[in-house]
Order: sequence, then C-alpha cells, then structure tokens
Amino acid sequence: AAKLSYVKSDYSTDLEPNTFEEITRYNNFYEFGTGKDDPMAHARQLTTDPWSVKIDGLVDRAGDYDLADLLSGVALEERIYRFRCVEAWSMVVPWVGFQLSDLLDRIGVQPSAKYVAFETLVRPEEMPGQQYPILDWPYREGLRLDEAMNPLTILATGLYGEEMPNQNGAPIRLIVPWKYGFKSIKSIVRISLTDTQPQTTWNMQNAREYGFYSNVNPEVDHPRWSQASERRIGGSLFSGREPTLMFNGYGEYVADLYAGQDLTKDY
Amino acid sequence: MIADQLNKVVRRVPAWPIYLIGAALPAWLLWLGTTGGLGVDPVKEIERTLGLWALKLIIAGLCISPLRRLAGINLIKYRRAIGVLAFSYVFLHFLTWIVLDMGLLVDQALKDIVKRPYITIGMAAMVLMLPLALTSNNWSVRKLGAQRWNKWHKLTYPAAILAALHYVWLVKVWPVEPFLYLGATLLLLGIRALSKRGQLPA
Repeated sequence: AAKLSYVKSDYSTDLEPNTFEEITRYNNFYEFGTGKDDPMAHARQLTTDPWSVKIDGLVDRAGDYDLADLLSGVALEERIYRFRCVEAWSMVVPWVGFQLSDLLDRIGVQPSAKYVAFETLVRPEEMPGQQYPILDWPYREGLRLDEAMNPLTILATGLYGEEMPNQNGAPIRLIVPWKYGFKSIKSIVRISLTDTQPQTTWNMQNAREYGFYSNVNPEVDHPRWSQASERRIGGSLFSGREPTLMFNGYGEYVADLYAGQDLTKDY
Repeated sequence: MIADQLNKVVRRVPAWPIYLIGAALPAWLLWLGTTGGLGVDPVKEIERTLGLWALKLIIAGLCISPLRRLAGINLIKYRRAIGVLAFSYVFLHFLTWIVLDMGLLVDQALKDIVKRPYITIGMAAMVLMLPLALTSNNWSVRKLGAQRWNKWHKLTYPAAILAALHYVWLVKVWPVEPFLYLGATLLLLGIRALSKRGQLPA
C-alpha cells in the first residue's frame, strides 16, 4: 500500500500498538461477512478509487466531493488510539487521519445543525455480506455535533503509515476512540448534518443492547455480557483480562460532553 | 442390506479409539494456540471449537437410537464414548472460558453465570450432563438398575436443548449455523416423541 506522510500527535497513547497482522486479520465488517476473518478474505475486491463522499444537510457547501479533494491540503497525523469493541476485546491501533472538525469547518456547519450522520457504501457485488439482510443496509452511524467536533474524533485514511487496508474501512472511516468500535463507521460515502438524532444501524437492530451514545462504560453492561473488563488481542493464551476504563481511558477529553446526562439511560 | 453390512463392521470396531481420537483435539488446539496457529484470537478459537464439537457430539449421541429404530443400524456400543467425550469437551470449554477468557476473574464470572442468560443455560447444560458422565460406567448401571439408569440419562434431552440455545443466544445477528444445530436437536427429540406416541416405528 502507498505510504502516507504524517506527523505524530500528542493525543497518541504510549501503549504498544497491535501488529499490522492482528489489526488487518481480525475485523468486524459485516459488509464482507460476519466472521472475523471474512473481511480479510473478501475485502480486496472493493474498488476504493474513484471514491466520492456526498456531504449534505445543514451545511454551507453541500456537494459530491471526490476523496482527493477532501484530502487536498489536509495535514495527516498519526493517532495511536485504544480501540474497544462492544464484544469486550480491545486493540491499540496506529491510525493515520485528520480531525473531523477540520472537515466540518471547511464545509461550513449551519447553526441549526445538531448531529452528524454517516453512511457506508452499499455495493453488494463487491461486498458479499450485503447480499443478505444481516443488517439494514446501508450501515449508518451518527454523532452529536459536539462529539463530532471533539479533537479526538478523526477521519482515518490509513494505519501503520500506509493507506487504509480495505478490511479496515478504506478509503476513509471514522474513529471515535471513547466509544465502542461499531460507532467508528467504515468506508464512508455520505456525511449529513441534521437537526434530529440520526438512525444508527446497531441501535435499529437492537435498541436495548446498543444505544445511540455507546460510550465505553465498564459500569453499564451489555444485556448479554459484562463490560467491566476486556481481553487485549495479541497476548499469550494466559494473558487474561484487564479492567475496562471509563470512556476507554479518554475521560479527560470527553467526560465534559456528558455532564448532567445519566449514562445508564443514555447508554 | 447396507445396515447389515454396517452392523458387521461395527461388531469388529471397538469403541476405545473414540477416546483416543477425542483426546487429540484438545491437545492439538493447545499446541496450535501456543505456537500461533490459531489466528489472532486463539482463546476465542479454542473456546468456540471445543463448544462446537461438544454440541456436535451431543447431537451425534442423539442420533444413535433413531438410527437403530428407523434404519436398523446399531451403533449403541459407541454411545457411551460419544457421551463421555461430549461432556469432556463441555468441561474443557468451561475451563477455557473461566481460565483463559475470563482470566480467572472468578467474581466476575460468577456474576455472569447468574446474570447472563446464555451463560446461565450453558452452565445448566453442563450441570445436567455431570451426573450422566459420572454414571457412564457398568458399575453405575448395575448399581442403579437399567430402568433407573435409563431414566436418569433422559437428562440428555434438556441438556441438548440448552446447549443448542446457548449457541443461538450468544451471537449478535442471526447467522444460519446456530439455528441448524438447534433445528437438528429439536428434530431428533421430535422423532423420539413421535415414536413414543406410536406414530413412528418404535
């Protein structure tokens, strides 16, 4: 894959990242199948060039943007983030990307906008999982505007200093490190600014199990399993578990966003 | 007849190799798991493989008496080995969960057993199978008497249903595979119910 040029970031964790192999062989990307190794097996057939992203809704400069135009003049950063899946496993990933707020500033968010909605590509001929109604395609995600503007929230176009592998959500995906992994939507083709809370795929699938916020929270369990601890991928057979951190360890940057909210209700 | 031919072969093939072959799977998994042969998440792979094979063996065990009644194929001499092996895999599946997956966080594991329905029914299935494994020997059959022993071993049926539900319940969406196992289990128990009511040859 093509090398990217980037600068390091103070937001990166000091933790040792998982290997490239672990990060690219163990994926949930149901567009390519429900098995963890399905994305690696099937995603190579995805065409990521040309790629265009529709930006619409409550913005000043709506339109269909070519990916190259969205990225022109953008300074990429490496963000080594903890990544916590709702299934209670975790990794550390050296993403390369830029702040979503940069993009939102450029396209001009109108004052009435309160949320950002995202959609993944629908192309069943290249995404075999979409030939079955496993989920209500397209995959949809959303953030409140203040969450989207938070400096931790990035659009990633690569990892380990290279262009994003297809199975990890090429060519451009969201990363919201204090939320469960499924919020970090992959292969984005649409970004809409709205004044109402957008529908999100896992919430539509099972609202009791997956809330709109889905912040990493060791005290609010998934109805079918505990979220108190997690298994770091890449250890030995006997590495055991480590405690899950509130907001996945990013509380100092994001706890204020939820002041006054009851996170057992807004899960 | 094919059934007669098969039965002739069965008479010459003893049951003990089943234990031997059965012991090879966990050993193989442990070897692969410690040498990087099980992919990125070896713990889940070991847990899943043992659970899945336990369920396969439970279903295989349930096939034996319908095969005899409906097809005249008599594999009854293998049933004990299949059952004991099924329980062994269930127990290793449990050990994998508590030691490797939960990292011996016993407190958290206990809470999960009580609070999470899919874990609760998985545990229930294992508990139901324990007396069956312990009485799978000739001494117990003699001690209990064949009739009582048979009655006890009907615990296999609820254990099988719970085991199949345990699999269906842990997935995030609705893939086909867990339902195939549940379907097979219900079908085999349905055949028993029908033949008991005289609607199928007994």
